[in-house]
Amino acid sequence: MNVQPDNKAMKRDFDIVGKRTPRPDGIDKVTGRARFGADMSMPGMLWGLVLRSPHAHAKIKRIDTSKAEKLNGVHAIVTSKDFGPCDDSLLDIRENVMAREKALYDGHAVAAVAAVSRSVARQALKLIKVDYQVLPHVTDVDEAMKPDAPVINDKLFTKGLDKTPKKPSNIAERFEFGHGEVEKGFKEADLVIERTFRTEATHQGYIEPHACVASMGADGRGEMWVCTQGHFMVRNTCAGLLGIDVSNLRVTASEIGGGFGGKTTVFIEPVALALSLKANRPVKMVMSREEVLRASGPTSSSSIDVKIGMKKDGTITAGDATLRYQGGAFPGSAVPYGAMACFAPYDLKNVRAIGWDVIANRPKQAAYRAPGAPMGAYAIESVIDELCRELKLDPIDVRLKNASSDGSKASYGPNFGVIGLKATLEAAKNHPHWKAKLGKNQGRGVACGFWFNFGGETSVSLNVNVDGTVGLSVGTPDIGGSRASIGNMAAEELGIPHDKVRCIIADTASLGYNDVTDGSRVTFASGMAAIQAARDAIGKLCERAAKIWGIPVDAVVWEKGHARPASPNAGKHEPLSLADIAAQAGATGGPIAGHCEINAEGAGVSFATHMVDSEVDPETGHVKILRYTVFQDAGKAVHPSYVEGQFQGGAVQGIGWALNEEYIYSKDGRLQNPGFLDYRIPVCSDLPMIDTVIVEVPNPGHPYGVRGVGETSIVPPLAAISNSVSDAAKVRMTRLPMSPPNVLKALGRI
Amino acid sequence: MEYFAPASTKEAVKLLGTAKGKVHVMAGGTDLLVRMKGGYTEPDAIVDIKRIAALRKIVRAGKGWRIGAAVSAAEMGEDKALKKAWPGVVEAANLIGSTQVQGRATIAGNLCNASPAADSVPAMAAVGAKAVIAGAKGTRKVAVEKLVKGPGKTTLKKSEFVESIELPEKKKRMGDAYLRFIPRTEMDIAVVGVGICLTLDAKGKCMAARVALGAVGPTVIISAKAAKALVGTTVDDAALDALARACAAEAKPIDDKRGTKEFRKHIAGVLARRAAIIARDRAKENS
Ligand SMILES: Cc1cc2nc3c(=O)[nH]c(=O)nc-3n(C[C@H](O)[C@H](O)[C@H](O)COP(=O)(O)OP(=O)(O)OC[C@H]3O[C@@H](n4cnc5c(N)ncnc54)[C@H](O)[C@@H]3O)c2cc1C
Repeated sequence: MNVQPDNKAMKRDFDIVGKRTPRPDGIDKVTGRARFGADMSMPGMLWGLVLRSPHAHAKIKRIDTSKAEKLNGVHAIVTSKDFGPCDDSLLDIRENVMAREKALYDGHAVAAVAAVSRSVARQALKLIKVDYQVLPHVTDVDEAMKPDAPVINDKLFTKGLDKTPKKPSNIAERFEFGHGEVEKGFKEADLVIERTFRTEATHQGYIEPHACVASMGADGRGEMWVCTQGHFMVRNTCAGLLGIDVSNLRVTASEIGGGFGGKTTVFIEPVALALSLKANRPVKMVMSREEVLRASGPTSSSSIDVKIGMKKDGTITAGDATLRYQGGAFPGSAVPYGAMACFAPYDLKNVRAIGWDVIANRPKQAAYRAPGAPMGAYAIESVIDELCRELKLDPIDVRLKNASSDGSKASYGPNFGVIGLKATLEAAKNHPHWKAKLGKNQGRGVACGFWFNFGGETSVSLNVNVDGTVGLSVGTPDIGGSRASIGNMAAEELGIPHDKVRCIIADTASLGYNDVTDGSRVTFASGMAAIQAARDAIGKLCERAAKIWGIPVDAVVWEKGHARPASPNAGKHEPLSLADIAAQAGATGGPIAGHCEINAEGAGVSFATHMVDSEVDPETGHVKILRYTVFQDAGKAVHPSYVEGQFQGGAVQGIGWALNEEYIYSKDGRLQNPGFLDYRIPVCSDLPMIDTVIVEVPNPGHPYGVRGVGETSIVPPLAAISNSVSDAAKVRMTRLPMSPPNVLKALGRI
Repeated sequence: MEYFAPASTKEAVKLLGTAKGKVHVMAGGTDLLVRMKGGYTEPDAIVDIKRIAALRKIVRAGKGWRIGAAVSAAEMGEDKALKKAWPGVVEAANLIGSTQVQGRATIAGNLCNASPAADSVPAMAAVGAKAVIAGAKGTRKVAVEKLVKGPGKTTLKKSEFVESIELPEKKKRMGDAYLRFIPRTEMDIAVVGVGICLTLDAKGKCMAARVALGAVGPTVIISAKAAKALVGTTVDDAALDALARACAAEAKPIDDKRGTKEFRKHIAGVLARRAAIIARDRAKENS
């Protein structure tokens, strides 16, 4: 179902955009021909394995690798000594990929081995002796903030305070966003509710573990094959860490089995390169699932206080929130995004969100789909739900009443452009789901969510081939179907069938720099660049036609895949198709190509409303999701199937996060569930079909109106599900995950 | 590492007796291969019993049943007569993992793996199943609950392996059921499992009962107290409440990542109640 609000400015007819064309990577993926990170091998290749700290926090007194070095088949061993000076901006990454003075979390890399086989490498790891002095540790965010908490980094002095403290602590930074006077606003309210919420750390749960092959030649030139969301980032980071010229490292991105933000940084890649540098042989590394969970980048756990005031008519008079996120052993949790995004759906006079970035003895968090936003939304949308319930108001009507709209001042500062939140709420209100009957122990919840979306540095190359087909090279790994969408946009612009364009992810030597695939930016930014590259090529195609016809170029127009004379004055010439011109390219001036290098601006923000029905078993605390509908603004759905896939994927990951996923640490600071048996992502039988409604409020910042859709879909689910379960269980849930033991506890049954 | 695929029980016993180092019998391999891949065990020899034709069959043993140690859970599910006789045991086997896992996993393997959370074990113990053990000195039989000593440990001696599982005759007015609790709907490990088998008299009164609790102790717990709560009753609400209380009291779980003590005790009671209702209704249907 598509809802298309009347927005004349952007209305246009498309031939290909908006169609569900076949998936270009589909056959490769179902036949096993697609090459993922672990599918690459090279002649003379070694296997690399990492030795990891079993301690949450320990001083590394000595590492003795002598025995391991002597083992037959071992070619190289690296420790932090092999990572020399680097730019300040890379210091934390350098320490995260290989511990230096201290191991900062269970699973922190302390050494790595390259050997002729995995079993030799495994044996070698056992021969490395590390002398640890175990230190007190802290893994909980609230505990880490206490004045008497073990200090993880004695050079960390809280930023963002009026006065920088003299004592180090685990609090890295304070952020504040908002406007108006919240205290005044609370006085105007008829009801004020204040609650504290907690969420646990979750992992993106991508099916493909991190994998790479690094090959550093004796001539100082290297190549890497990497499963990543950004091979340009891998190149620049690895080059920076190991003192290699950027031009001497060429990185190719493999097919990718999921990333969701978790592959926007490096873990084993610089280690593989360091091993290769030392061994003078290619080195392959593949993380096990246990390593992925212990030592890649999960999301933050959080603890959040929210206070919101509402009038009897549903007007929100003020909102105040304090968000505390632990982002692992290094500063940089996503708390500022959480604090910026949490109140964004509402046009509020008085609003404040304070964020605290906290470090703890856990793996350094990485991006996870709308990083930081789901937890903030969970807390705010829960309190709004409770206010609606107490004041006997309809939760959709209240949200419509307070919703941000075109031009309203966002809680985090700027004024919104054209936005589609109200359209998603209207669509939700008019959907049959909203009126469907519920049974015993069943409940319904709704929640809204917001994400910024991003543009960023992008470079695209479009080559017109001799047979009239087109090769389109982009530099943003395809994690959600972007090759189809970008190729279709180029085909649309050129006026040729979609299957005449083949879009590939080119290596780092073939294109200008591209930011990583993140921020829901790829269909927007690489798509925009592809459109501009197509226009660039069209200009050149017209020049060639002009040359063939012997008329000035401004007398040629491009229409429906053909060069035509602009008017009868230009002479009578049969239109020339792209293929006609391509066939003569050699004779008319050589290859024809279009390019575009931009720092894409104008990424339109995106909003969603989710609606979910659940059933709670009051005896066991088990929650079943019965029905789920996503309403989200896509701007323009270039390929609706992929857009729906993003909506469904976000909802499903949200269901996992809300119900069962959590990092469980024991008292000694070790992760207890580093595997998919006890780290419970939903399986198919846990889920209903996720229904989707694509709302299209075109983004004026994109030639076709595209908004990113990849991240917003994970923002509302935590809240929507919690509101639904609270409705079913008749008790307000304030803690995630809503696993059976936690639900039973909330019900007072245990 | 050496791999053997003997064609007879005799040959298998011989191999198990002579192989050097750490030897593992392999049935479906759904535990063993996963453990090897994870680096948790490194056997020196593997004796695969799937080529032994006799072990791939389900046969009648007198009025009871003999399920070969290489019969997969999926094959059990396809045996209509077995399923009709002991639905609880078959359902337990068909809870293991997923469709793919059930294509290989065996109940003998489930038993010999000796996990406290093994699904088919409480179901088997409830109906009084026996393991038929082949060894250098011939065969012997033990009650399934006696085969497991503790997590990962069995009472099998060198050269011994389980050849088959025997289920008794299904008498009139008997019914069995197995239920487990998992946070998800499949591909999960039991937080608690309860197997119940009961026999009613002509008037619907419970004459005999066996209640087996899984995942709430190092080995399966056969609770006489829980059985007593049912015997002599019509398995009415009061009896079910008493059963639930007894199971919660008898369960000896630990606090771990899969649930707290209180949670597991509570769930043991809830599941026992639900399983007893199914077993009772099955017994009535079978009168
Ligand atoms: C994805 C997945 C999901 C799973 N889900 C469940 C579940 O829901 N419930 C559950 O209970 N289990 C589950 N398991 C575990 C496993 O599948 C079961 O325990 C299964 O029944 C084991 O049977 P198998 O034939 O594959 O055993 P194998 O792996 O072949 O053997 C297991 C152990 O028993 C020994 N052994 C096997 N057969 C014999 C014999 N005849 N005599 C002596 N020793 C023997 C082996 O040496 C080994 O130590 C799951 C496993 C996986 C991989």
